[in-house]
Amino acid sequence: MSDLQVILCISLVIPLVSALGVLVFAKYPNIRDICGPIGGIISFIAAVKIASSIIQGDIVSISLWQIAPGISFSFNVTPLGAIFGLVASGLWILASIYTVGYMRGSGEKNQTRFAFYYAVAIHAAMAIAYSGNLLMLFIYYEILTFSTYPLVTHSQTEAAKNAGRLYMGILVSTSLLLFLPAVLWVWTISGTLDFRQGGILPSDFPVIYVPFLLAMFAFGIGKAALMPIHRWLPAAMVAPTPVSALLHAVAVVKAGVFSILTVTVYIFGIDFLNASGGAIWLAWVAAFTILASSIIAISKNDLKARLAYSTISQLSYIVLGASLATAAAVEGAALHIVMHATAKITLFFCAGAIYVNAHVKNISDLDGLGPKLPWVFIAFFLASLSIIGIPPMGGSWSKFLLMAGAVDAAMPAMLLVLAVSSLLNVYYLLEPVLRAFFKSVKKDIHVEKHVLTIIPPVITAAISLVLFFAVDWIMPLTNLMVVQ
Amino acid sequence: MPVFDNIPALLVVLPLIASAIVSLLPSARVAWILTFVVTLLCLFMAFELVDIVSNTSSFSYAFGGWEPPWGIVFVVDGANVYLVLLVAFISVVSTFYAYTILAAEIAVEDLPKAYSVWLLAIASLFGLSMTGDAFNLFVFLEISALSSITLIALGAGQDRRALLAAYNYLIIGAIGATFYVIGVGYLYAATGTLNLTDIVDRLNELGTNQAAITGLAFMLAGIMVKAGVFPVHIWLPAAYSFAPSAVSSLLAAVATKVAIYYFARLLFGIFADITLLVEFFLLYILMPVSIIGIFFGTIAAIYQTDLKRLFALSSIAQIGYITLAFSLNSHSGISAGFIHIINHALIKGSIFMAIGIFAFGIGKRATMTSMQGVGRQMPITFAGFVVAGLALVGMPLTAGFISKLYLFKALFETNNGILVAIIAFSSVLSVLYLWKIFEVMWLKEPTKPLKIEKEPIMAYLPVWMMVAVIVVFGVYSNDIVMSGIGAANALIGAN
Repeated sequence: MSDLQVILCISLVIPLVSALGVLVFAKYPNIRDICGPIGGIISFIAAVKIASSIIQGDIVSISLWQIAPGISFSFNVTPLGAIFGLVASGLWILASIYTVGYMRGSGEKNQTRFAFYYAVAIHAAMAIAYSGNLLMLFIYYEILTFSTYPLVTHSQTEAAKNAGRLYMGILVSTSLLLFLPAVLWVWTISGTLDFRQGGILPSDFPVIYVPFLLAMFAFGIGKAALMPIHRWLPAAMVAPTPVSALLHAVAVVKAGVFSILTVTVYIFGIDFLNASGGAIWLAWVAAFTILASSIIAISKNDLKARLAYSTISQLSYIVLGASLATAAAVEGAALHIVMHATAKITLFFCAGAIYVNAHVKNISDLDGLGPKLPWVFIAFFLASLSIIGIPPMGGSWSKFLLMAGAVDAAMPAMLLVLAVSSLLNVYYLLEPVLRAFFKSVKKDIHVEKHVLTIIPPVITAAISLVLFFAVDWIMPLTNLMVVQ
Repeated sequence: MPVFDNIPALLVVLPLIASAIVSLLPSARVAWILTFVVTLLCLFMAFELVDIVSNTSSFSYAFGGWEPPWGIVFVVDGANVYLVLLVAFISVVSTFYAYTILAAEIAVEDLPKAYSVWLLAIASLFGLSMTGDAFNLFVFLEISALSSITLIALGAGQDRRALLAAYNYLIIGAIGATFYVIGVGYLYAATGTLNLTDIVDRLNELGTNQAAITGLAFMLAGIMVKAGVFPVHIWLPAAYSFAPSAVSSLLAAVATKVAIYYFARLLFGIFADITLLVEFFLLYILMPVSIIGIFFGTIAAIYQTDLKRLFALSSIAQIGYITLAFSLNSHSGISAGFIHIINHALIKGSIFMAIGIFAFGIGKRATMTSMQGVGRQMPITFAGFVVAGLALVGMPLTAGFISKLYLFKALFETNNGILVAIIAFSSVLSVLYLWKIFEVMWLKEPTKPLKIEKEPIMAYLPVWMMVAVIVVFGVYSNDIVMSGIGAANALIGAN
């Protein structure tokens, strides 16, 4: 094995090692809880090394054995995968620190089980990022669903079990009903499932089938939460906030949009997709999802529910970028994976911090809370700006590229959609901040200070800010996605 | 070695002789040991047979030196060699399993007799999968039916309804066998021969012959009864659910599979030249019947609360997938059917074994109410059960996925999008009943504290042996795929 293959294995195996460490040290909570952050740091360093190798033009891949003719059990890092790997491992470091603060602060039961499945879910997300072919992606997509089920139902209440049923029901059934047949269809006509620049569909694939195949992917990959299969996401918010933060703002949902983007770039090929015109309908569905879920978000008083609908809306930005299928749009979509992940994890961290420290869940109860938790609300504010897309926050770049992509694709209507969505973002994301700082206190709330829940959102908010200036570190990867 | 030349005969004769000896043995333990040793020998011989056939492609054994078409002949080729191996493997594993579970389910003094009949059933399954003589097949069919009925009736010690189930099987099975033998009669009248290879030649000379066509129709109908194809499956759910668990796993795994293999051989190997009839039958009878069977089995399973009956119903759906693959009448369809014959045997066999252990643990029938929280009490068996369940819905990295892969490949080749959609939908439905069981067994608390026996290692070891094979075939599919393609090659020629 070459050095790069070793590093690839490390980045994939370390989360599993961390999961085992959690089980081994179950009796020593302090050692157990350090397993996550250490695993995160090692994985992240490996992911950085992998990403820089990809930028230099190296091939990072490992093939273990053949599952079926034309399909091997293999990992092969695409530029897009390198980006997602960075996001998943990097944010895992902070999320695992935050988890410790949150779980201890709110005195949750079964912390060992929680930490175990959390690490397994990260392993699945890393494997999705680095998967070598579409079947590998599918396998780990399912493993991610199964490993997050115990996290969603962590509290084991009747409400949690119902949410878990909806979660599994939608994600598993859509994947088996549409995603898997789509994978098999591609395998039957192409004889391979490898990811290749420019796509793998045979050139004589009838254009009339393109919208159908694309629909099987777009709705089969339920984790992308495209309407009308978005219901699982708000339901999953019954989980403890660290789950919502890392999984339902970053790993799980990003695995969904990552899969859709991978399919459009490396299975269809954007040129083929653009020329066929088979993705235009998807752009409209994404546009509808963006606006509809923003409007629903406004109506939600529960902070986590509002953020959940905001996530659905933002995910469709990425689906929109994929369906516009122009170079700028696809790059913007890939960049948005990074920008939205850092901003949205900050928002969820803040929501959790507000809950653990002040025991407030509803936005209408936030009045006057700002001075008591200043750092939390400043972080919330910065992250909101990033999602709205205001410089100097990272989110402005991805939105800019998406808009440029819409112009390239000659769909100016999408510019309007993006603009209106920004306005709606301003309304529903800034309301909590404004209430916290500018409204007078309604009732006196006792505020505790769990430091481990406050530092991570501040750091992620800072990262959002840094990403505006440091976008050059990521752009080489997105450029590699679209070069011929 | 000369003994290897006689393997096809020995595979039948050895269990047959052992069966007579076992029935006379006084001790249940000695009876089991002898049975187990015989099945192990059969497995060893089956591996040898695979080796021989892989070198020579076809191996014909004439009994008593009477050359075909006069004497009875056993033919082993690509289409049935892996079936023989499957029967041998399942016999070993389920005999191993019977040591604890069958002993717990029936009276001790009946055990030697039960093992005697058990060996008889195994001998007949070997005979069914190898014989190349249409009438000899009928004989084995009867031996198989009578021994299965006896074994099913042994379940009466636990639940008296087993007697009714056995009686039903007796009557319906006899009707099926009668149909088959009438068909053989027509065929003999038309061709004057009973040797299957010879029949092909004679039919070629005859051209379209009404008697032969009638014969084929009768034979197919008779075999469909034995194979448990919807809508002539009605003996199957009760038989599987009231038989002792070891018997259920043996029958569910291989008994119907052997009949399905013969069904495919009749359609594609023997009567393929009567193209019009075969094509009509496949497209307008077998395909719709398979699809209805898939949905009937799956939906009935969703509403079923008795676990063994639930999986018996699911078997009807799974048999539907196999016959659907055959009905596509293509090389990849036949390969897919044969791949699923083996995979489903492994999956269903291990599931019935696991249910037997659960029932043994709580000391009563496994139902949705009695099973609450049992999964957590018997985690090793339950884990194996879950893997087998995932294989049943076709999750990747299990053998079930390979079946699904090739079934869909065959379906996509037909360019019939509606058919693909229907099958994809049906596989999602099967998730429903598995999820229901998972919820009951893992998430629900028992209504009252459970008194649970420990999982016997002799019982869960065979389950895990099967599950291991399921996983190996899922991650390394080359052998299983080659067996399916080999079967299709043997029947209709290379693609």
